Amino acid sequence: MSDSSAFEQTAAQTGDAGFGDYVALLKPRVMSLVVFTALVGILVAPVPVHPMVMLASILFIALGAGASGSLNMWWDADIDAVMKRTRKRPVPAGMVTGGEALGFGLSLSGIAVVMLWLSSNLLAAGLLAFTIFFYAVVYSMWLKRLTPQNIVIGGAAGAFPPMIGWAVATGGVSIESVLMFALIFMWTPPHFWALALFMKEDYHAAGVPMLTVTHGRKSTRTHVLIYTILLVPVAIGAAFTSIGGPVYLVISGLLNAGFLYGAWRIWQRDETVAEADGYKVEKQVFRFSLYYLFLHFGAFLLEAALKSFDLGGW
Amino acid sequence: MSFPPDHEIYKRRFSRNIGLGLTLGAFVAVVFGLTVVKVTATGPIEGYDHVVQPGLVPQGSAE
Repeated sequence: MSDSSAFEQTAAQTGDAGFGDYVALLKPRVMSLVVFTALVGILVAPVPVHPMVMLASILFIALGAGASGSLNMWWDADIDAVMKRTRKRPVPAGMVTGGEALGFGLSLSGIAVVMLWLSSNLLAAGLLAFTIFFYAVVYSMWLKRLTPQNIVIGGAAGAFPPMIGWAVATGGVSIESVLMFALIFMWTPPHFWALALFMKEDYHAAGVPMLTVTHGRKSTRTHVLIYTILLVPVAIGAAFTSIGGPVYLVISGLLNAGFLYGAWRIWQRDETVAEADGYKVEKQVFRFSLYYLFLHFGAFLLEAALKSFDLGGW
Repeated sequence: MSFPPDHEIYKRRFSRNIGLGLTLGAFVAVVFGLTVVKVTATGPIEGYDHVVQPGLVPQGSAE
């Protein structure tokens, strides 16, 4: 046993984890995307929501997302300990025990769902509960170690927040919220596989059947292109609903042309070329995909803002 | 008389305790704010003690 692991064990056993370790269990970076997309879901809905109800609802949606992150870290502690990127997470680092992460995640899940019910409605709370279940059980416990398509189905967990936001405002589900869900759902695979192409993490040692390992990198490149092609009609289609409009259509058209071009370039390259330039294109496409999603939801917001001046929409 | 010095565990857990305190304070503030908004949204509320309830007085007997 090394000196550092002896110290880490002691930290966990004495309960000396700092406040920051518990915040890290909530995966704050993932939470920021959840907050943004859920907020857009509320703001673009046709029913106005009181600012205090909006603030509380966003807070509890984010808390629910964080709780599922804690449950994921409890279950995946063995994987996290193997991979370099996740080795310093609170559980594998020994700052928080697995049991603490489990208890923390379950408690926060309960608080988040009940409080979202009280602040908004039962449907929104039910969708949040399902999202937590989907991420912790369906993705983390079941699919992640079973199939290389894990990221495709698991991406649904990250796609629910705007639908929950819409449900907070309207109390229902409609084509608009389904399309916002579908946009994130279809965006996740090409976004993540572009990352997997250049991150080269040790998924094999961790026992995670990642597409780059099970089907090879050439197949992964083809998957990026196919899923990007499937994403385009979803993104463009949203322009013709009540949350879209001509401004959204133009922005979405440009972004989709850019993403398609990037995916096509990834598909055309092979490993020799990619390694020679340090995965330049893959990194560019990954960065572009982040802007892609942010700007699409920004365009929804812009349309909603224009409508308040009788300018947006069709 | 002097107080004994704090146990060192209070120093070690200081940031955690402060963080937890602020989080609980923020939670109370959010619940209070929500309560005010929800109660206000229900409109005026009639009290039921020691006052005449206009809604319960039979019509025509007000004079």
